[in-house]
Amino acid sequence: MKIPLSWLNDYVNVADLEIGALRQRLTLAGLEVESIEIIGHAGAELPWDPERVMSAAVLAVRPHPNADRLVLVEVDYGGPEHEIAVTGAPSLYARKGETGLDLKVAFAWEGAELYDGHAEGWVKSRLKKTQIRGEPSRAMVCSEKELGLSEAAGDIIYLSDDTPVGVPLVGILGDYVLDFEIKGPFGHLQSIYGIAREVSALCNRPLKRDPLAVAEAVGLKVASGANFVDLAIADPSLCPRYTATLIRDVEIKPSPLWMQLRLQRAGVRPINNVVDITNYVMLELGQPLHAFDYAEVRPRPGTTQPAIVVRPAAEGERMATLDGEMRVFDDQMLLITDGQGAVGIAGVMGGLDSEIGDDTRAVLLEAANFNFLNIRRTGQMLKLTTEASTRFGKRVDPDLTLPAAARAAELMRDLAHGSVDPVIADLYPGKPERRAIAYDPTLANRILGIEIPLPDQARILSALAFEVVDDGATWTVTVPSYRLDVGLPVDLVEEIARVWGYDRFPGTLIDEELPPLRRNHALEAEEHLRDLLMGLGLDEVITYSLIDPVDETRLRSEPDKALELPGECVVLQNPLAPERSQMRRTLLSGTLRTAWANLRYLDRIAIFEIGRIYTHVDAPDASTGQTGVAEPRHVGMLMTGVRDPLWWQTGAATREKLDYFDLKGVVDVMLDRLGLTAKVQWARPSEGKTHPSFHPGRCAVVSIGNRALGVLGELHPRVRDNFDLPEQPVLALEWDLEVLLDAADVADAEKQIGRLSPHAPVHEDLALVVDEATPAVEVKRAIEAAGRPLVTEVVLFDVYRGEQAGPGKKSLAFGLSYQAPDRSLSDRDVVKVRARIIKTVEKELGARLRGS
Amino acid sequence: MSSFDELEQIREQALAELADARTTAALESWEDRYLGRKGEITQRARLVGQLPQEDRPAYGQRVNEIKRLLGQAFEARAEEIKRTELATQLSAEAIDVTLPGRPVIPGHLHLTTQALRELYAIFGKMGFEVYEAPDVELEAYNFDLLNIPEYHPARDMWDTFWVKDTGEESGDRRLLRTHTSPGQMRAMRERCPEPIRVILPGKCYRYEQITVRSEHQFYQLEGLAVGKGITMTDLIGTLTQFARLFYGPDKAVRVRSSYFPFTEPSVELDAACIFCHGAGCAVCKYTGWLELAGAGMVHPVVLANGGYDPDVWSGFAFGPGVERPAMLRYSVEDIRLFYGNDLRFLRRF
Ligand SMILES: [Zn+2]
Repeated sequence: MKIPLSWLNDYVNVADLEIGALRQRLTLAGLEVESIEIIGHAGAELPWDPERVMSAAVLAVRPHPNADRLVLVEVDYGGPEHEIAVTGAPSLYARKGETGLDLKVAFAWEGAELYDGHAEGWVKSRLKKTQIRGEPSRAMVCSEKELGLSEAAGDIIYLSDDTPVGVPLVGILGDYVLDFEIKGPFGHLQSIYGIAREVSALCNRPLKRDPLAVAEAVGLKVASGANFVDLAIADPSLCPRYTATLIRDVEIKPSPLWMQLRLQRAGVRPINNVVDITNYVMLELGQPLHAFDYAEVRPRPGTTQPAIVVRPAAEGERMATLDGEMRVFDDQMLLITDGQGAVGIAGVMGGLDSEIGDDTRAVLLEAANFNFLNIRRTGQMLKLTTEASTRFGKRVDPDLTLPAAARAAELMRDLAHGSVDPVIADLYPGKPERRAIAYDPTLANRILGIEIPLPDQARILSALAFEVVDDGATWTVTVPSYRLDVGLPVDLVEEIARVWGYDRFPGTLIDEELPPLRRNHALEAEEHLRDLLMGLGLDEVITYSLIDPVDETRLRSEPDKALELPGECVVLQNPLAPERSQMRRTLLSGTLRTAWANLRYLDRIAIFEIGRIYTHVDAPDASTGQTGVAEPRHVGMLMTGVRDPLWWQTGAATREKLDYFDLKGVVDVMLDRLGLTAKVQWARPSEGKTHPSFHPGRCAVVSIGNRALGVLGELHPRVRDNFDLPEQPVLALEWDLEVLLDAADVADAEKQIGRLSPHAPVHEDLALVVDEATPAVEVKRAIEAAGRPLVTEVVLFDVYRGEQAGPGKKSLAFGLSYQAPDRSLSDRDVVKVRARIIKTVEKELGARLRGS
Repeated sequence: MSSFDELEQIREQALAELADARTTAALESWEDRYLGRKGEITQRARLVGQLPQEDRPAYGQRVNEIKRLLGQAFEARAEEIKRTELATQLSAEAIDVTLPGRPVIPGHLHLTTQALRELYAIFGKMGFEVYEAPDVELEAYNFDLLNIPEYHPARDMWDTFWVKDTGEESGDRRLLRTHTSPGQMRAMRERCPEPIRVILPGKCYRYEQITVRSEHQFYQLEGLAVGKGITMTDLIGTLTQFARLFYGPDKAVRVRSSYFPFTEPSVELDAACIFCHGAGCAVCKYTGWLELAGAGMVHPVVLANGGYDPDVWSGFAFGPGVERPAMLRYSVEDIRLFYGNDLRFLRRF
C-alpha cells in the first residue's frame, strides 16, 4: 500500500518529521515500510534543484519569429525581470498571441537537471543556454516526463491557479511515497486516514481533520430515506449499512493535477473526475465506493422512484459485470439490485449496464458495508478479486460509509461542478454494539514479561482511541468501531506492547522446569544413514514431493505390467500444473529425473534421497487428528555413468561404466555398518514377479525376516529410455526406510563384541563347484554356518565358469580365515573344520570341491 | 720372505682391495677371498703347525689380530657401500609430488540438510527437541485450530494446495501443509499437560508459481515453547541467543510488531544485515536489517485448542527460515537450485 507523505500530512502533521525516523517508528510498531520512493527531494532519481526548478506564471504567448511550430512565452518566475522561453507545448501553442494570462507552470532554469522529454526511456540532461531557431533560450516550461512524474511525453503541466510564483517546485509537487507491507487483515489500516491515526498515536500528534465532520461542513442531512431513491436491505447480517448520495449535473472531465498525482503515487491510474473521486476517497478513508449512473437505476414495477435493494441472489441468477463477463450466482452471494434486477455484486464489482459513462449527468453514489466473510466467499467462488472486494474482505468499519459519502460529495461538488442532493439516504440496520473488553492490566506483565506501568497502559490505549474505564482490578476498555481486529484482552496487550516499543524489551531465558527430555530416535537414525551414505560417496538430493502422474507410467517397462506401488495416490484438487499434480508414491522417478537433468553437465551420478512417500490409507478424521494418509520414509539411490574420474594413471581410453556391483558394493557396506549383513535376504524375483522398472535378470528383491525392504537393480532399458537416459547401466534402489531402520535398531541391541583373539588367523582357500543357479550368498552362508565358530571370515575372491567347472556350473573360490579366541590353531583343527564345511555344502547345495 | 712378512703383505693387499670394492658383490667376493673358509687368512692360520716351535705363539697371535682387523674393516666398508647403494636407489625412485592423487569420490549432504542440522544443534542446546508432523494435513490443523477459520482473510497469507477427495470420506478436507504450524497443534495435543519445548521441521507447500524467488516446495522450521510462565521477553531472549549462535556473538537484533493469526502479540525479529552490517544495501532494501524469524506469543485460542488453559499457560512460537539464511550466506540467487538438485550446486557444500 503506497501512501504519499503529502497526503498523509493532510490528516496529521508529518512534514517536520525526519523520514528515516518516521519509517523506523512505524516499522517497529507493525506498520512495515518496505520502501520509500522519493520524488523531487534530495535522494530522488531526479532531485529538483530548489534554486532552478520552481513555480512560475506564463503571462503571454507570442509567435516565434523563425519557427512555425514553436512559440515564445513570457514567464514570471519571481525574478527581477520576466524571462522569455521557447516551447512547442501544444496547449501553449494553442494560445499563440494571447496576453494577460496567468497560467501556473513548472519552470526550469539554466543548470537544472531534467529528463529529456523527447528521448526514449529516461535520459537525464542538463539545461544549457542555447539558441532555438535563432532565439536565445536558457529556461523552459516543464512537462511531466521532464520532471520524471510520468512517462507520457506530452504537454506541459499546469499547477493550480493559487500557486505562488518563484517557489521551489519540490515544495509543491515533491513527495515521499511510503510503501507499506501490512501483513494482517486490518481494514482500519488500509487508508491514509488509518495510517494517520497510527502516526497520531505513535508520534503523539493530534489529527488535523475529522472525516465525521465533513457531512456537516458540506451541509448534508442524513435520513434513513430520501426522495431520490427507494432503499431496502434484505439481510442486515450480510449488509449492515447502505448509504446513497445523489449528485446531479456532474461534468465528467479529467481530475486536477494534484489529484492525478496522488492517485498515481498511490498506484491508481486516473480515469476521469467521477471515477477518480471514488478511488481517491477509498484510498483516503478506506471505504470502497461505487458510482451508478442514476439514469440507469430503475424503479420497482409500478412505481417511479429509482430503487436500490440489497439482497441475496437467486440460485442461478446472472449478470454481466463491468469487465464484460457474464457471471452466474448462487443463493449465498449478495447482489445490489434496482427495481428490475441486478446492477452489481455487492462489494465486489458493479454491473455493466449501470456503469458511469461520458454522458452520465447524475451519479448515485453507494457507500455500503458488507459482511466480510460473505464478500470473500463470493470473490473466491467467482474467482474475482477487486480493490473493493479485497478491502471489504479485510473488514471495513460500518461507521465509515457516511464520512466517505460526504467526502466524495464534497469533491464532486468541487471538482465536477456537481450539485449534491442535501439529503444522504442512510440505512443502518446492522449497527453493531460498541464492544467492551474486561481487561486485567496484570495480563500485560504475565504475557510480556515486563512491567508496563498502569498509567502508561491507559495512556497508550487512549491514544489509540480506546476508552478506558478503570473499575479497579479490571478495566472496561471500549473498542473504537474501526478496530474490528480487537476482541480479546490479549489483543490489548499487543497494542500496549507495540506502542510501548519492543526496543524497550530486554531478552530473558525461559526460567522454568524443562519438559521431560526425549530423544527422537527416528530422526537420529535417519541422520545417521545420511552420514553413512554420504561417506560412501553418494550425493544427497531432495526432490519434489509433487510429481507428474505420467512418471508412474514411465516407470513401467510394459504397459500391462503394473507398478506395485503402495496404496492409493494422493492427488491435488488444484495443481499448479499437471507435472506437479500428484504426491509421490516412489522416490524412483525423482532420482531418475535428477539424473537426467545432471547428465547434461556431469558424466558420473551417484545420489541418494531420504524422504517420505504418500498414500491414502484411511478416511481422514479431524476429531482424532488422523489425516488418513500414510507417509512412510523411503531411501532411494541411483548411480550411473563412468566409474572412475579421469586420472593420469588410468588414462581416458579405458573408462568403465558403473554397473550393478558398484551400487551393490555401497549397499553391502551400508548393511554392514547397520549390522544387517547376515540378516538380509537377497533374491532374484521369480519368473512372472519381476519388477516392471528393472532388468529382470539384474534385480534383487531384498527383505529382512518377513518384511520387504525393496528392490535394487539395473534399470530396465525401456524405462531408461522412457526417462531419456543414455545407453548405459542405470543402477537404482528403493527401500522402505522404516523397515531398514527398525531392523538396524534390533541388530544394534543384539550386537555383542566379546573378546578379540590375540592369535594370528590361519588362512586357506576353498574352491567349490555349484550349479549356475545357486546364489553365491547361500554358499557363503553355508560355509559360515558349518565353519562356526572357528571360521571368522569368508571372502569370495573368484568366480570361474568353463571347462574345469563343467557345463551349467560355476566355481566359487573363497578365502577362509580360521581363528580361535584362546589358542593358536593347529593343522588338525583346520582339517577337521574344513571337512565339515565340505560335507555340509555337498549335502545342502550339491557342491563339490573343485579338482576332486 | 718370512711367514710374518707374508702375513703383513696379505694384510696390506687385503686392505687395498677392500678400499677398491664398490659393490655388495665385490665385497662378498673379497670376504670369500680373505676371510672365507678357504680364504688367505684362514689358510695362513692353518700354516702355524709348520713353523718353528718358538714362532708359533707370536704367529698365531698376529694371524688373529689381522683377522679381527680385516673383519672390522670389512664391516665398515659394507656399511658404507650399503648406504651409497640405498642413496642411489632412493634418488632413482623420485616422483613428481605434484601429480594428482588417486581419486577418492566424496559424497555430499544436501544444503537443506546441513541448514536443518545447524538449527537442530542450536536449538538443541536450548532444550528444544525435534518433533515431526505430516506433510498432508487436515484443514482443521493447518487453519481452523490455529485461529484461521474458513474464508477468514488471514487465510490469504497462504496459497494452498488442496487434496482431491477420494470419495468415501468424512468430509474433513485435506491439504498440503502451508506451514509447519499444524505441528504445534499436534505437539500440544500429544504432550498436554506437560510443558513443551519443540522444534518442528518439515517440507511445506504453497500454490506459487516457481520462480527465482519462490518455490512451491520449501522447508520450514518452527519452534514452540509452552509453560506456565513463558513471556515475550523469553521469546526475545531465546531468539537473540539463536541469532548470536547462528551469526556470531555480536549480532545486533531488533524486534518489531507483526501479525500472525496464531500468535498474539506477534513480532518479527530482524538481525543486522550480513552484507552491510546495518549501513543499508540492496539486499536489505536499505533498511540495514534482514528478517530472522516471525514469532509471537501463542494465541489463547490456539493454546486452548491444544488443551492448555490460556489463563494458566502461556507460550511462544517462532519460525526462522531454512533456505533463506543459507541463500543469503552463500549469495545463492535462485531458490530453484535447492530442489532442482543441480549437483554442481549441491557439491559445493
Ligand atoms: Zn544490507
